[in-house]
Amino acid sequence: MPIAWVLVAVAALFAIAALAPMTLSRRRAEAGTLIYGACAAACTLILVIALAALLGAVDAGGTLVLPLGLPWLGARFRIDALAAVFLVLVDLGGVAASLYAIGYGRHESAPGRVLPFYPAFLAGMNLVVVAADAFSFLVAWEFMSLTSWAMVMAHHHDAENRRAGYVYLVMASFGTLSLLLAFGLLAGAQGDYAFAAMRGAAHADWVAGTVLGLMLLGAGSKAGLVPLHVWLPLAHPAAPSHVSALMSGVMTKVAIYGFVRVVFDLAGPPAWWWSVVVLTLGSITAVLGVLHAVMQRDLKRLLAYSTVENVGIVFIGLGLALAFKANAMAGPAALALTAALFHAFNHSLFKSILFFGAGAVLTATGKRDIEALGGLIRRMPHVAYAFLGGCLAIAALPPLNGFVSEWMILQAILLSPALPQWGLKFLVPAAGAMLAFAAALAGACFVRAFGITFLGRPRSPEAAGAQDGDRWSTGVMKTLLGLCLVVGILPNFVIDALHPVSDLLVGGAMPAQSLLPHLSIVPISESRSSYSGLLVFLFILISTRLAIRVIHDFASRRVRRAPAWDCGWPDPNPATQYTADSFAQPLRRVFGPMAFRSRIEATMPPPGDPSPARLVLSLRDLVWDTFYAPIAGIVLAIAEKLNHLQFLTIRSYLSLVFAALVGLLLMVAVWA
Amino acid sequence: MDRFALDAAHMLAGGMVLVSFMLLYQNRMFGLLNVYALHAVVLSLSVAWQAHVQDAPHLWVTATIAVVLKAIVIPVALRRMVIRLGVHRTIETVGGIGPTMLMGIGLVALSMVVMLHAAADADPIAREDLALALSVILLGLLMMVTRHNAVSQIVGFMSLENGLILAATGARGMPLVVEISIAFSVLVAFIVIGVFLFRIRERFDSVDTQAIDDYRGGRE
Repeated sequence: MPIAWVLVAVAALFAIAALAPMTLSRRRAEAGTLIYGACAAACTLILVIALAALLGAVDAGGTLVLPLGLPWLGARFRIDALAAVFLVLVDLGGVAASLYAIGYGRHESAPGRVLPFYPAFLAGMNLVVVAADAFSFLVAWEFMSLTSWAMVMAHHHDAENRRAGYVYLVMASFGTLSLLLAFGLLAGAQGDYAFAAMRGAAHADWVAGTVLGLMLLGAGSKAGLVPLHVWLPLAHPAAPSHVSALMSGVMTKVAIYGFVRVVFDLAGPPAWWWSVVVLTLGSITAVLGVLHAVMQRDLKRLLAYSTVENVGIVFIGLGLALAFKANAMAGPAALALTAALFHAFNHSLFKSILFFGAGAVLTATGKRDIEALGGLIRRMPHVAYAFLGGCLAIAALPPLNGFVSEWMILQAILLSPALPQWGLKFLVPAAGAMLAFAAALAGACFVRAFGITFLGRPRSPEAAGAQDGDRWSTGVMKTLLGLCLVVGILPNFVIDALHPVSDLLVGGAMPAQSLLPHLSIVPISESRSSYSGLLVFLFILISTRLAIRVIHDFASRRVRRAPAWDCGWPDPNPATQYTADSFAQPLRRVFGPMAFRSRIEATMPPPGDPSPARLVLSLRDLVWDTFYAPIAGIVLAIAEKLNHLQFLTIRSYLSLVFAALVGLLLMVAVWA
Repeated sequence: MDRFALDAAHMLAGGMVLVSFMLLYQNRMFGLLNVYALHAVVLSLSVAWQAHVQDAPHLWVTATIAVVLKAIVIPVALRRMVIRLGVHRTIETVGGIGPTMLMGIGLVALSMVVMLHAAADADPIAREDLALALSVILLGLLMMVTRHNAVSQIVGFMSLENGLILAATGARGMPLVVEISIAFSVLVAFIVIGVFLFRIRERFDSVDTQAIDDYRGGRE
């Protein structure tokens, strides 16, 4: 039974986690290689099983009940089509991160703080996906949160990381609480926590609606939906880079899995207004995420904000799927759902490349601030080209994979006039506009990220002396990039592999794509639209080749080296280059006052004073200011008020206990 | 016979409530200890009666423990302690007898109402015993709350524990081991508290807990 093998692999991951501390007494590099290699092997096993289950090679049906957890329930595990898709996603990311870490982990200053938690984190994510009852799901979910929290706190000497860990812990607990309430509502008065029972039960409208809200809070806070995203740009960069890649590329997807599982599978048929909520939140998330990303100077934080954007895009797709499903339009719903899941998969691929690249840059230079980097393409060509590929993919340029999934979501948006509700008819095109806007800004964002980091001249001595990444890390990055390209050129097979999921969740599927001419994909019908990654790829290949030929034949072949022209003042100082902040300036000019309440303060020295003039730019996170600061203030005020309860006399404490007891007895007497 | 058994059990349990009220207004140390001994004697009588009625031999053991430990050993030890502490002449100012008694009456009424509500379909002998036991417990708590002197607070605690034993014996089939362990835990608590009392006195020259709070000072 495949599920049994998956659980064996998960148990193996737990065993690796338990054994990890023992290997630490040996030489560091060997310990890391051993642990990460074993993790990669376990993840490969699950990956193979999940792929086989998804493609129908093995029959994965059937629930495995283990006598763990709640005594009357046991722990149920099952692989259905949806779980198989996300198992593939989790373990592909897991294999990549583990192999990358074989090289990257050698530079880790405190491996003992990462090694034991890393396998446990992988195990937790796998368990969330295969869990088939609410109890195991929640335990695995919380386990996943706590192990990743431990790795966020790996470098806890940094006050910023401690703050990140604190915010993350608060948000994760809040999210789990929401999930707990959602499952409690779904289980109903009988309290049957098996997913099969929840799926079978009929839920009242208000129950299903409340469950949607709670899932948006619970899964949304883990995935990074605005306004619950605040922990994400703090926590993801704080972890070691391979863990950042897993958290950003994979853990957010596990959260999306939780949302899809409950809202599409367990909560019963959706009402049309659900899609309004999901679409609105998704659009806001996409745009705000990318706007923040454009402004960031910290490379890893930029990537984390870009994760927020991509989660928003996935939620736009899910919202569309809900809208079509509520109106019993199975075909379009299948298109939207497939596109959303496809984008989730793609994002896990290219976000892993980008975080791996950021990690390589971080180990080579010790810097995350892109204003201190530059010129790395000459020092670290392997990393630079892989990172460039990741940037192209995430900026949704054909023929890479990011384009296909965003194009499919836009195709689904174009079907919105067929929706009967007027609210949706207006909202969906607006969401489409937001999506297009976010995609454009993402392009700008990654031009900036790549250009400032890898092009130009080095802005610091560390950047000037950087070494290229080791063979493991660059190899993994290139392999993932190859996957991005293959998936981008041959999306047909991915779409067909997602067929059973849309069958399961929206009761319909996209037309089969594998055997179409030119390997093109046709989301709805040939007359509307089609896209062939292969043709686009060939066209780009041939036209580039031609352009190079033409240039070389008709222009000079000679390489000339000369000082760069800069307005007649050849200044050797690299600080005179175009900076990241100057690149972002036009966007900041337009959106800054609205989205960030940006302020620029210029301090000029008095006449005669030779000290330099200073320009101070301040950006504020409005979400933090409007939502979190007041809540934190209220909590603090209440805590301050309750603080004097710590300093009462013994007799007062006794009196309090006594009063509470009498009060409870009074309640029993009155209401019992 | 049944009717009589019920009435006798009620009378003994009611007697414990009455003695609890007597504890509430005692403001002299020796008087307090004497009444506490009386409390324990009534408890042992009640337990013995339950042993007879329920035909449960192990309850005799409980009754014996109650007489020996609570009616003799603990009061005698407390008496010696009070003499060594030099507080035997202290007259405690309790917040006013009248209000305290009124509160006590209110608590008894509350526990009656609660039990009649909550255990409406239970065995009447168990139910009313439980109501009276709950009153004893609440009165013990009330005493701990209203007293300043650490010794009186101990006596309040001990009488509260007597209420627990009363409740436990009223229910049929409570295993002996539970009762014995409760008895021993009380003994241990007694020893620990005794040690603490002397330590407190050493430090603060008083066993009035108010002194400790004053000494701590700072934030109130």
